[in-house]
Amino acid sequence: MDEILDGLTQIDCDILVIGGGTAGPMAALKAKRKNPEANVVLLDKANVKRSGAISMGMDGLNNSVIPGYATPEQYTKEITIANDGICDQAAVYRYAQECYGIIQELDEFGIRFQKDQNGEYDVKKVHHIGTYVLPMPNGDTVKKALYRQLRKARINIINRFMATRLLTGEGRVAGAICVNTRTAEFLVVRAKAVIMGLGAAGRLGLPTSGYLYGTYENASNSGEGYAMAYHAGAGLANLECYQINPLIKDYNGPACAYVAGPMGGYTANAKGERFIECDYWSGQMMQEFFDELQGGKGPVYLKLNHLAEETIAEIERVLHIVERPTRGHFHEGRGTDYRKQMIEMHISEIGFCSGHSASGVFVDEHARTTIPGLYAAGDMANVPHNYMLGAFTNGAFAGLDAADFINDVDYASFDEGEVEAERTRVLAPTKREDGIPPNQIEYKTRRLVNDYLQPPKVTAKMELAQQRFEEVREDMETGMYARDAHELMRALEASTILDCAEMAASASMFRTESRWGLYHNRVEYERDDDNWFCHTILTKGADGQPVHKKQDVKPYVVEIAEDEKDAYYKQRVDPSSVAAE
Amino acid sequence: MPLAQTATTVPVVVDDDLCIADKGCTVCVDVCPLDVLRIAVKDDGTKTAYMKYDECWYCMPCEADCPTDAVTVNLPYLLK
Repeated sequence: MDEILDGLTQIDCDILVIGGGTAGPMAALKAKRKNPEANVVLLDKANVKRSGAISMGMDGLNNSVIPGYATPEQYTKEITIANDGICDQAAVYRYAQECYGIIQELDEFGIRFQKDQNGEYDVKKVHHIGTYVLPMPNGDTVKKALYRQLRKARINIINRFMATRLLTGEGRVAGAICVNTRTAEFLVVRAKAVIMGLGAAGRLGLPTSGYLYGTYENASNSGEGYAMAYHAGAGLANLECYQINPLIKDYNGPACAYVAGPMGGYTANAKGERFIECDYWSGQMMQEFFDELQGGKGPVYLKLNHLAEETIAEIERVLHIVERPTRGHFHEGRGTDYRKQMIEMHISEIGFCSGHSASGVFVDEHARTTIPGLYAAGDMANVPHNYMLGAFTNGAFAGLDAADFINDVDYASFDEGEVEAERTRVLAPTKREDGIPPNQIEYKTRRLVNDYLQPPKVTAKMELAQQRFEEVREDMETGMYARDAHELMRALEASTILDCAEMAASASMFRTESRWGLYHNRVEYERDDDNWFCHTILTKGADGQPVHKKQDVKPYVVEIAEDEKDAYYKQRVDPSSVAAE
Repeated sequence: MPLAQTATTVPVVVDDDLCIADKGCTVCVDVCPLDVLRIAVKDDGTKTAYMKYDECWYCMPCEADCPTDAVTVNLPYLLK
């Protein structure tokens, strides 16, 4: 295994789904059910059984809209405010209307959700305004349940192939070029429609531990979706709205206010005092977190040690089994116990992820990108705050739309020269006698991201970042060296990470205002609703560099009252009210 | 530009006595999202799984899915 082999195979399918994590499997299932004759291929860089952000499971639905607890109108309003107004509401509203049906389907798959004594969904309040969090006590079964459905539906699964570039022709998508991660053999997939569900760009900033793979996101989510969309000419939206999360320090996993919050846990400063009213993740909340640290009141902690033993035991039961189960090992190794002390938190490295923020490939309410026949869903598509249920639901929208799209088209012709050019690009690191290993290219890129791009954002620092990225690119293109197929996969990821780093800098420079709290805190600029109440769309220019344009936010479906717009900027606990408690 | 041989501890540990790679099992290698596990041939000619690449997200499918509980995921030293 891992020896580099020379080979190229071409296959055809109706719908190619790239990414077998969350959105991809649902897209494949929906497309196949709607059009049973269609040949649907689901391709993954890893193994669909355990790939993606929910590899080990998920502890809850963070954004469920369940009748009796919330309405689609309420939810759309909340997410618009949480995302600082920059939101095409149609996609959020459609999600809010249809996600309940997806929950019921997941329930039928055997993924159970918490119910109360009356058999009703036991929804919790974590957000600033509404009630949307539905715990999944046996959320460790998600991937297995999905896999059973994929087998039953006879979806063709291809594991351990990494898509490196999309093919386009006739003004639409034509397929993808893929490479085997264990042999470096090529696979060209012609497809009438392509659905991308490749997850976040989670290996963009470097975790403070210095460990390249100690990321918040599944470290295999290195941003290929963003890079492929960019090189194919699709528009990417609001990339300057980074993902930055409040995490357990060093472990770099979620502190899980969504689990602990409804049971009485909260984020506290060094004195054990609550300083934010709401632990739901937003740029505005992260700004308060940052301010608390800057104000000398840190470290910031997850506080549970005031809770009853049975409550803590229940929190441990969920947090140490589902989503990131090594968390229990981590606390054991540190000798930390929720009962005895508060748990130190910190601010994560940056990434792109619409699952938690709003940096993604631009899509509409059908998950269509700006390239006909090309869809995106999940963390990489720019439906704000869409989380796991958003990946499932928007993945479903993509599958349903693609199933219709393929009825009216044949394979688009493409330039065969593109395949040859891509083989040359991909294999270049294997053709050298020696050089710079991919991990060093990656490490350098990512620590430059930390040095110069981590907010607060400063123009002069971002300009330096751009210069240094150019130097790393020169080194990468002329000197990167891979000894086997596995290292070649890492080399391709290093290239993707550098693409994303350049896009992060460029997008952040373009928006000359501050927005989304810490996510796009540009110290030289205030929020500017007159000039910047718009999306920014990044595309690849004719010279190969990013170009930017403003795009109007579509008229709201759900109106937001003037006095509600800044609700997420009013999260700091009023000291006088604390004293009165 | 020769490459160095820098040592690193790896977080995933396999108990050779429990591992049944010799019987053809490759479950841990198959499920790893980062694809960092491989099968090695030991001195006595039998096979066992091991962590070849120090690129671990400490996510645990290898440990959870191992049919003989031979795999343990420790935290990478840099962050433990």
